[in-house]
Amino acid sequence: MATLTLVQAVNDALKTAMRTDQSVVVFGEDVGPKGGVFLATDGLTKEFGKTRCFDTPLSEDGIVGAGIGMALNGLKPVCEIQFQDFIFPAFDQIVSEAAKFRYRSGGQYTCPMVIRTPYGGGIRGGLYHSQSGEAYFCHTPGLKVVIPSTPHDAKGLLLASIDDPDPVLFLEPKALYRQLKGEVPEGKYTVPLSTLRTVREGKGVTVFCYGAMVPVCMKAAEQAAEKGIECLVVDLRTLLPLDEEGVLDAAKQTGRVVVVHEAPRFCGFGGEISALIAENAIEYMEAPIARVTGFDTPFPNTLEHHYMPDARRVLDAIEHVHNF
Amino acid sequence: MTSQQLLSVIEPDGSTNGHESGLSKDELLHCYRTMLMVRAFDDTCMKLQRSGRIGFSIPNKGVEACQVGAASALRKTDWIFPSYRDFGMALYHGITPLEMMHNMFGNAKDGARGRQMPVHFSFVKPIHFVSISSPIGTHIPQAVGTAYAMKLRNEDNAVLTSFGDGGTSSLGFHSGMNFAAVWKAPCVFLCQNNGWAISCPSSEQTASESYAIKAKAYGMPGVLVDGNDLLAMRKAMLDALERARRGDGPTLIEAVTYRMGGHSTSDDPTRYVPKHEVEEWAKRDPVARFERHLASKKLWTKELGEKWYGEAMDLIAAAAREAEATPPPPLESIFSDVYATVPQHIRRQGEAVFELARRKGDASAGDGKFPL
Repeated sequence: MATLTLVQAVNDALKTAMRTDQSVVVFGEDVGPKGGVFLATDGLTKEFGKTRCFDTPLSEDGIVGAGIGMALNGLKPVCEIQFQDFIFPAFDQIVSEAAKFRYRSGGQYTCPMVIRTPYGGGIRGGLYHSQSGEAYFCHTPGLKVVIPSTPHDAKGLLLASIDDPDPVLFLEPKALYRQLKGEVPEGKYTVPLSTLRTVREGKGVTVFCYGAMVPVCMKAAEQAAEKGIECLVVDLRTLLPLDEEGVLDAAKQTGRVVVVHEAPRFCGFGGEISALIAENAIEYMEAPIARVTGFDTPFPNTLEHHYMPDARRVLDAIEHVHNF
Repeated sequence: MTSQQLLSVIEPDGSTNGHESGLSKDELLHCYRTMLMVRAFDDTCMKLQRSGRIGFSIPNKGVEACQVGAASALRKTDWIFPSYRDFGMALYHGITPLEMMHNMFGNAKDGARGRQMPVHFSFVKPIHFVSISSPIGTHIPQAVGTAYAMKLRNEDNAVLTSFGDGGTSSLGFHSGMNFAAVWKAPCVFLCQNNGWAISCPSSEQTASESYAIKAKAYGMPGVLVDGNDLLAMRKAMLDALERARRGDGPTLIEAVTYRMGGHSTSDDPTRYVPKHEVEEWAKRDPVARFERHLASKKLWTKELGEKWYGEAMDLIAAAAREAEATPPPPLESIFSDVYATVPQHIRRQGEAVFELARRKGDASAGDGKFPL
């Protein structure tokens, strides 16, 4: 068992996959000798050669489009989009192509591929190095959307994504890349997709979160505990397809729900969680569902710490639904 | 490397200008028969659409030589990433009119299981004719990725990707051309310049002197070919494929041709196409041109052409009857093939549809139980 940062765990997962499966190829902008701008692909070109880990021209549409063609023809592409903010030229390829090949060809053509990309704020990246675009992609049948929050899950979920027969958008919380370390088993293991993780048990308030919001919510939960409110903190891990039964079960345990994400609120993933609970478990609810999210504004630079939900805002929502 | 000289092989009298196609008598006749099949398929689909039996079709008239000449150079182990106007490529390689007709009717035997509009074919045998989508140019970088996989595995195969003049303005054309050249991917880019992107003439599509010349800036050869000349198309493709298989990378072929019909059955080209232009191109009909070549080899008579066209019409009419009589896909096909396995939330939606059918009555839901 090694102690790794989240980005090291991603790197370990890629190496593990490439060692065990010759069809796995890794590519994107600056992922070759440089090892990626966050060093997620560090050492891969050296170990596996430049036919299996290589730089591409600066074109997200080309990266994902070519990746689809590789996946159609027997390779297991794991491509990197340098920042999730830059993914939109590839939106057509992801939404109209990768996610629809199986359906539109009756299963004759499939796209088992992984698109890795760092998302979210906390690095003073301003409008274009900070966004959380998960909601755009969660509206896309045929695509899977996965977000880890710990080094252990980063490796296990990425290996499960690479094994998966369908295209996976793997969003990595860049704020956590080096913020925390955790124990990561050596060799191959997988964390099943579409299963949430209970981070903390509690009977007072259920807090749903994912990615970089998990440590924020844990901090808020600890502060709440000091005030006598025990929170059940749930890391969703896979947003699409969602572990709906797990969500409903967690919501019913407390009857009081807070949903937290960095992305803007309007049409955000929190709305989906709220609707799921309202439709299927309203009779268990003791208080209105609260959302703590980024604002419905572009992502600011200097004042990003006000934009991103922090423990103070989460705690306020926890207290609100608890005392309702 | 980039030739702005128009490559042509078949002379007005049907003779060839010294180039030998290497095609046997049977192969030449197969090319011819395929072009007649495309024309018969078109004619049939137009009638089916006008009588409301299918919703949509894409006419291929005028571009048959592009499709068949290019396809004739491919091996069965090569892949085709087609445009929606490439019926002849599928037919040449043995995909049957019946399989295509199942797609036109969107029935239970359609490869796409009735999920797509007509003409959006998907076949894996006897050649990979990759599932077509409607957004323009998205398939171009995909073709490059497939070619990269062939190269990585040291295969002797190559990829043909086909698009129109409008497709050269798409994001996918740029990224695909650029990636292929940088990677030396075994890929051939076929731009069928048929003069029109729906109603937009080529003159409003690009300010380049040609489409072929765009290849130069990407660092690959660009070849200008008479697209109504089946043997010229075949020669250009064979040269490009040889280069690709050798490991020397991609080629852009611009086939200069003309769309003799509308963009689709939903389009009225008389609103924007000058009449004289159609009349001018009608004189250069690719099928008639190939007939003159066959005649020069004593392989063709008017009677043979009429007989074979009649046989093609009969075959396609029978295919249309069979496809029309084939039931629609089962209701559960809405919910399958989204993922390899049906996830909880989609299952719940499927169950709800069947449950409603059980309560309110709907024969298409069978016994009312969601079967997946």
